[in-house]
Amino acid sequence: MRNNLKLSWAMLFLILILSSQVAFSQGINSSELIKNAMQYDGKLVTYSGEAVGDVMSRGKFAWVNINDGDNAIGVWMSADFAREINFLGNYKSRGDKIEVIGVFHRACLEHGGDLDIHAQALRKLSNGRIVSQRLSIDKKNLTLILLGILMLIWILTSSRKK
Amino acid sequence: MILKPAIEDLKIIGFYLGKVMLGLALTMFVPIVTGLCFKEINPALDFMIGIEISVLLGLLLLKICHTDKDLNWMQGMIVVSLSWLAAMVLSAIPLYLSGHYSSFLDACFETMSGFTTTGLTLAQDLDHMSYAHNLWRHLGPFIGGQGIAIILLSLFIKGTAGAFKMYVGEGRDEKILPNVIHTARFIWIISIIYLIIGTLALGIVGICIGLKPINAFFHGACIFMAGFDTAGFSPQSQNIVYYHSLAFEILTIVIMIIGSLNFNFHYQVWAGNRKEAFKNIESKTFFISVMLTFLIVAIGLNQMGIYPQAIAFFRKGFFQLISGHTTTGYMTVYAQQFISEWGNLALVGLICAMALGGCICSTAGGIKMLRVGIIAKAFKEDVKRIIMPEKAIFVEKLHHIKEIFLDDRLARSALIITMSYIILYGIGALIGMFYGHPFLESLFESTSAAANVGLSCGITSATMPAALKITYIIQMWAGRLEFMSVFTILGFLYASIKGK
Repeated sequence: MRNNLKLSWAMLFLILILSSQVAFSQGINSSELIKNAMQYDGKLVTYSGEAVGDVMSRGKFAWVNINDGDNAIGVWMSADFAREINFLGNYKSRGDKIEVIGVFHRACLEHGGDLDIHAQALRKLSNGRIVSQRLSIDKKNLTLILLGILMLIWILTSSRKK
Repeated sequence: MILKPAIEDLKIIGFYLGKVMLGLALTMFVPIVTGLCFKEINPALDFMIGIEISVLLGLLLLKICHTDKDLNWMQGMIVVSLSWLAAMVLSAIPLYLSGHYSSFLDACFETMSGFTTTGLTLAQDLDHMSYAHNLWRHLGPFIGGQGIAIILLSLFIKGTAGAFKMYVGEGRDEKILPNVIHTARFIWIISIIYLIIGTLALGIVGICIGLKPINAFFHGACIFMAGFDTAGFSPQSQNIVYYHSLAFEILTIVIMIIGSLNFNFHYQVWAGNRKEAFKNIESKTFFISVMLTFLIVAIGLNQMGIYPQAIAFFRKGFFQLISGHTTTGYMTVYAQQFISEWGNLALVGLICAMALGGCICSTAGGIKMLRVGIIAKAFKEDVKRIIMPEKAIFVEKLHHIKEIFLDDRLARSALIITMSYIILYGIGALIGMFYGHPFLESLFESTSAAANVGLSCGITSATMPAALKITYIIQMWAGRLEFMSVFTILGFLYASIKGK
C-alpha cells in the first residue's frame, strides 16, 4: 500500500513535469523560437523543416541544419537519426522535410552557447527530390541576341578601322 | 565662379569607366567556369548575359569617349565613384537572374554590400543558391576589398599618375611600393597567397567537422574571401552558426584579424621587420580598442547573464566583438538575439567597435585605427600643453612604418574624416527611426552599413522599405570610399548644373 502511494506520487510528479514541457511541443517555427528563446529554453519542442546543406557527423552524433523557410536551426541528433535523411537541400535538390521533437537550448551548455535543438525523436514528413535542371529558353535567347549585337559592333568597328 | 565640366572631362571619365566595365566582365568568367564544373547551366547563362552587357557598354564607352589623355585628380575621383556604381549595377545582373532576389534593387544592394566588404544580405533562400552565384557573391568582396577601379585598371592602364589618383580615390593613401601599380599587384599577390593557405586550412577543418570534401573547400574559399576581405558573407543562411565548430570559429577569428591589418604592415612583417607589430600605432591602438570595447561587451553580457560558460562567452561575445571591430560581420548568433538577449550595454560596446573599425590601407571599414591613434595622441598633447608651463615646447611623434611628427594638419585631417563617419552613422540612424525602428537598433544597423561591417540586428531584410535599402547602399558606398570621391562627384554634379 505504502509502495503504491509512493508510485502514485512519483507518477503525478512526472506528469506535472512533462505537462509543463509538452505544453510547447506543438509545432513551432524558427522565428518564434529565436525571438522568444528564453521562454522556450530547456523545453521540449516540435520543429519541422527541410534538411539543408550537409549532415555533419560528429562520432555517434551529427549536426543537421533544418530550415523552416524563415531560418535554419541546428539539430543535434544521433547518427541513426541522421542516416534516415536521404536528401539535403541545395541548388540541385530539395531536402527531406523532417519533424523533430527535442529539447530546445537558447545557449547550449554542451555546444559552446549555440542555439540548438537536441533531437529525441525524428519523423520524415516527405522525401526530398532532385530538382530537374532545364535550360531556360529565355536566358538562352537573350544570350544569343546579345552575342549577335556584340558581333555586329565588332564587325562595324573593325570594318571602319580598315 | 564655378566652371561647367568640359566635354573632354566627360570623355576621359567615360573612357576609363569603359575599361573598368571590361575588367569586370573578365572577372565574371570565374563563376562561369565554376557553373560549368558543377553542371549549373542556367547560372552559367546568367553570367554570360552579365558579361555581354558589361562588354557591350564598355566597348560603347571606349568607342564614344576614346582619348589618350591621363586622368587629373577630379576625373580620377569621379571614375572611382562611378566605377563602384557601375560595378554594382552590372554585377547585380547575374544575381537578379538567379531568382534569389525579390527585385533588381535587392540584387544591387547585395553587390554593393559585397564590393564594399560590408556583408549585409538580402538574398532569399540562400541554402538553395548555385555554386556559381554563391562564388560571385564572395568574389565581390575579394575584388572590392583590393579596390575595384585600381585592381581592374592595373590590368589595362599604362600611366601610373592616373592610377595613383584612383588609388587615393578608393580610400587608400599609403603606397607600399614606390609605383602604385606595383603596390596594387603586391596587394593582389599577398591576397592570393593568403587565399590558398586560408582555403586549405578551412577546407581541412571543414572535412574534419563533417562537410563533404567538395563543400569543405568551396566553403573554405568563400569564407576565406569574405573573412579576409572583412565582408562576412557566407554560403549558407545561418552564416558561421551553420558549422557548429569551435575550431572553425577560431580560424575565422584569425582570418578576420589578418584581413583588418594594414597591407603595409603585412609587407613590413613579410620583409622581416617583425618589430613593427609592436611599435606601430595602429596595432597598439587596435589592441587597446579591442580590449576596451570587449570590456564593455563583457560587462553588458554579464549583466544579462546569458552566457554563463566561458566557452560560450568566447564563442558568442568575443567572436562577435572581433567580427564587429574588424568590420567583417560574421555571426555566431542569430540577428534577433542581439535585440532580445544582448541588452543595451553590450550592444553599445559592439556599436563602438563597429564604428572604430580596422586599419587604414586594409579591406576593413569604419573610422580606422590610425585616425583613432592620431586623435588620441593629439588629445594627449593638448592636455600636456594645459598642464605644463606655457613656454614648454612639445614634440609629439607617432610610429607608423616610420616616425611621423604629429602636426595640426595630420590631426585635422583625421578629425574631419572621423566627423564625417559619425555624421554618416547618425544620418542612417535617423532614417531608420523615421521608418519606425527604435534608436539603438537603427544606430546598430546604420553603423554596420556605413562602417562596412555587415552585422545585422534584423532590420536588413528583403521586406524593408526601398528608401532604407537605398540609404544603406549610399552609406556602404560613401563609407568604403572614405567620402572624398563621393564629395567630388557631388561637386561635379553641382558644377554641371550651376557652372558657367
